[in-house]
Amino acid sequence: MKVLVPVKRVIDYNVKVRVKADGSGVDLANVKMSMNPFDEIAVEEAIRMKEAGKVDEIVVVSIGIEKSQETLRTALAMGADRAILVNAADDVHTDIEPLAVAKLLKAVIAEENPGLVLCGKQAIDNDMNATGQMLSALLGWSQATFASEINVDGDSATVTREVDGGLQTIKVKMPAIVTVDLRLNEPRYASLPNIMKAKKKPLDTKTAADLGVDVAPRLSVVKTTEPAERAAGVKVADVAELVAKLKDEAGVI
Amino acid sequence: MAVLLLAEIVGGEISIDQTAKALSAAKELGDVTILCASAGCSDAAEAAAKLDGVAKVLCADDAAYGNGLAEPIADLIVSLAGDYDHIVGPSTASAKNILPRVAALLDVMVISDVMGVVDADTFERPIYAGNAIQTVKSADAKKVLSVRTAGYDAASEGGSASVETISATANPGLSEWVEDKVQESDRPELTSAKIVVSGGRGVGSEEDFAIIEALADKLGAAVGASRAAVDSGYAPNDWQVGQTGKVVAPELYVAVGISGAIQHLAGMKDSKVIVAINKDEEAPIFQVADYGLVADLFDAVPELTKAL
Ligand SMILES: Cc1cc2nc3c(=O)[nH]c(=O)nc-3n(C[C@H](O)[C@H](O)[C@H](O)COP(=O)(O)OP(=O)(O)OC[C@H]3O[C@@H](n4cnc5c(N)ncnc54)[C@H](O)[C@@H]3O)c2cc1C
Ligand SMILES: Nc1ncnc2c1ncn2[C@@H]1O[C@H](COP(=O)(O)O)[C@@H](O)[C@H]1O
Repeated sequence: MKVLVPVKRVIDYNVKVRVKADGSGVDLANVKMSMNPFDEIAVEEAIRMKEAGKVDEIVVVSIGIEKSQETLRTALAMGADRAILVNAADDVHTDIEPLAVAKLLKAVIAEENPGLVLCGKQAIDNDMNATGQMLSALLGWSQATFASEINVDGDSATVTREVDGGLQTIKVKMPAIVTVDLRLNEPRYASLPNIMKAKKKPLDTKTAADLGVDVAPRLSVVKTTEPAERAAGVKVADVAELVAKLKDEAGVI
Repeated sequence: MAVLLLAEIVGGEISIDQTAKALSAAKELGDVTILCASAGCSDAAEAAAKLDGVAKVLCADDAAYGNGLAEPIADLIVSLAGDYDHIVGPSTASAKNILPRVAALLDVMVISDVMGVVDADTFERPIYAGNAIQTVKSADAKKVLSVRTAGYDAASEGGSASVETISATANPGLSEWVEDKVQESDRPELTSAKIVVSGGRGVGSEEDFAIIEALADKLGAAVGASRAAVDSGYAPNDWQVGQTGKVVAPELYVAVGISGAIQHLAGMKDSKVIVAINKDEEAPIFQVADYGLVADLFDAVPELTKAL
């Protein structure tokens, strides 16, 4: 079986974002960018499936600017076999919306015919949590979101999902789209020899026009602002003072 | 404008709190029809009909809708979509599973986690773990959106909308339910509790989480956790508060042994009063805390529980 893993290049999760003073967005010039953490988990899961003999090829796809190649190389260094860059933007500040990403992925899937797609649950930049579900709808495939355990068995997969009340297990028909959650696995780091080897692995580049997809956004950004700041608080000396403050000052207990 | 609101129904039971909070946002958009899709959903439909300001309740009762599977419920919503300008749900795990699928089937963009309605086309939502707030205007003919319920008060009861039974659409049969593992608890629910007590990695073990739970029980609070506490197995996954867990905004949030990473703050920094107990006085959690106590949690928490 072939597995396709879409990986997004996003601001590193450790970086504190800065909203631009003119309200036009956040500043992404010269900040550290990394693979979306959920996508690392998806790549790791695909590699483990390959190591278990259930998968023969892992194809990673990234949609964005030319530099998303770096993210693809990281996935190749982890253990993916082949990469596809869909060059769909010139400026790092142009975010391709999940609906357009899903359409591009659908076009790639028509060429690649994978048996399984492993997406991240959410991109930590737009926090949309939508692409996997949208792709599944466009393909008419089954979907299993927020996976913390995946067992592929022939023409079906059993997936445990993290839901609001605890865990839910469902069985989905293959081919399927699965979006992965934090507890699925702990991604490996790429070793230096594997980083070197990854430089020679195949990386194809396509454009949105090659795939015949219109990526024009449906949502226009009116403005981007800082969230309301909290007023500075105080340190209390001990438990007694804390209880007094909560009772008398805050009135919450 | 006509709005279709997807009621939050899990395991056959309606979450009135989540539904009523999403209703408050939906009412700003127009006349609201609530859709209850479940197996045996008449109780849910009746409860939804009592919410104030609901025009109508649709009840789709079918085994295929019993476990929240996305494919059949999305197809049902799409079959109804012609009558509505907006399709809305609370931003729960269940609705986030379904609504993007609905949006793609309608060829529109989904707008996740709406925290403010500016007008019928324009919405505010958090991005980058809540470190920026974006106002977006949709050019789509229909809007599909989920509402970040933590920021809305629940619509009150007092309505008496009519309930109409509607028939199910064909089940695409792509997936089937196997089992639910749900924690039964007498504590209030995390997303509706007035007080939340959360523990982090500093708590150190599953056994020691009992001191967090004891404090919560004394306060009549829900229990939350950081990702590190969940990943380490001290607490179940559904207790996680944060960017990728639950978003809460209680009257009082007590963070114990939690450093205050931005991903955690994303889920609790809109709480009214924040208390932090941490032995490291440099911990970033103190920057958002109204009251900070620098102390060892193993001394301070039992003492606090006793003092209340
Ligand atoms: C994609 C992604 C998504 C994430 N989503 C979330 C999310 O939704 N929610 C979330 O919480 N995190 C999330 N995280 C993780 C986040 O970055 C932090 O790693 C996590 O919040 C840290 O948890 P913590 O504060 O419990 O642990 P730590 O950062 O290890 O902090 C432990 C704290 O306990 C204190 N402590 C230790 N012992 C004691 C003691 N005896 N008494 C008092 N204090 C003590 C320490 O001083 C320290 O401040 C996410 C990360 C990523 C990459
Ligand atoms: N531009 C992109 N390139 C590759 N994969 C993407 C892109 N955008 C989203 N994805 C995938 O979809 C998941 C969810 O993203 P989102 O719906 O934007 O929150 C991510 O974790 C990725 O797996």
